[in-house]
Amino acid sequence: MAELSLEQVTEQYYDVLREIGNIGAGNAMTALSQLIQCKVDMKVPRVRLLEFREVGDMIGGEEQIMVGVFLGVEGDISGSMMFMVEEASARHLIQKITMGMLPAGSEFEEMGLSAMKEVGNIITGAYLNSLSTLTNLKIYPTPPALTVDMAGAILSVPAIQFGVLGDKILMIESQFYDEIELDGYFILIPDMESYAKILGALGMPVF
Amino acid sequence: MSEIIKVGMADLKTCISPNGITTLGLGSCVGIAIRDPQTKIGGLAHIMLPDSTAIKNSQQNIAKFADTGIEELVRQMERLGAMRSRMVAKIAGGATMFNFQGSGTLGQVGERNVEATKVKLRELRIPILSEDTGANFGRTVIFYPETGDFIIRAVGKPEYII
Repeated sequence: MAELSLEQVTEQYYDVLREIGNIGAGNAMTALSQLIQCKVDMKVPRVRLLEFREVGDMIGGEEQIMVGVFLGVEGDISGSMMFMVEEASARHLIQKITMGMLPAGSEFEEMGLSAMKEVGNIITGAYLNSLSTLTNLKIYPTPPALTVDMAGAILSVPAIQFGVLGDKILMIESQFYDEIELDGYFILIPDMESYAKILGALGMPVF
Repeated sequence: MSEIIKVGMADLKTCISPNGITTLGLGSCVGIAIRDPQTKIGGLAHIMLPDSTAIKNSQQNIAKFADTGIEELVRQMERLGAMRSRMVAKIAGGATMFNFQGSGTLGQVGERNVEATKVKLRELRIPILSEDTGANFGRTVIFYPETGDFIIRAVGKPEYII
């Protein structure tokens, strides 16, 4: 197989990822709803291809404090994946999962963070499952790492990985709500070889 | 009236006193502030990756890389009347945002960005007066070419100047 160049696949690839994003985010919301045992509604996810410069504006500013869950992707493809959620939304989720043992206003403690890691695990797992089902590729997540920091700083990690490929980052914004509105973002970052594998598995021509 | 100029991710801009220049939420990226103390001409680059030569199609955005980004910032400052021989630098960022057990290249990009930044500045003979790099937290930086103050803000920490 000739070496894949990003310009050749970009448009096509992003269309495919858009579709995967829609399905993946839907599955992730179902998993979340089971976890917190209440109905979670979701708006149609917005898939955005953004210049690095624009990223901060989209997520409410680079200094917006967010919780980021980051994990590696292994198996037939390799790369990484991130799930980000605003601080207030994360607190709300933690409160739900711990059944009110940690009040929504409290600081992120050890227990809250590990609960949040579990949420990230389940949500990203569901997301990757849909990708796996669609492509028939084996995809395994590695244990997640979590941080609470400025959005810009968290986003620098996936942005740098996209930076190797081009000047844009693909983000899937999904708004979901139970009692309050929660804003979450998915970012899937396959490495260069995995591009071809995903496209190939979906029956798209590979150059 | 002075204003604060904003530099985005993979971006660079110049700044003349009394204006200040800022970039928000540096993670594993590195912010490089350069100043000519005599003309009070300054600039800030927000680089994401260490080396443009390691990547194909790297001409797309030269501000993205430590090597080409710093070169371009210096060039733009010289065009405004700054002199290379007088320039001094301060750097911040290059954090490891996520701690993975046994992480490979993924975890080290912050360190490599800092290293590449130092190599380029040394090559251009621009001394680094101070730095706040590494660790595991994000940083917002504000630079004032008038005084050379490089202000650093991080979540849950008091603001400090380097």
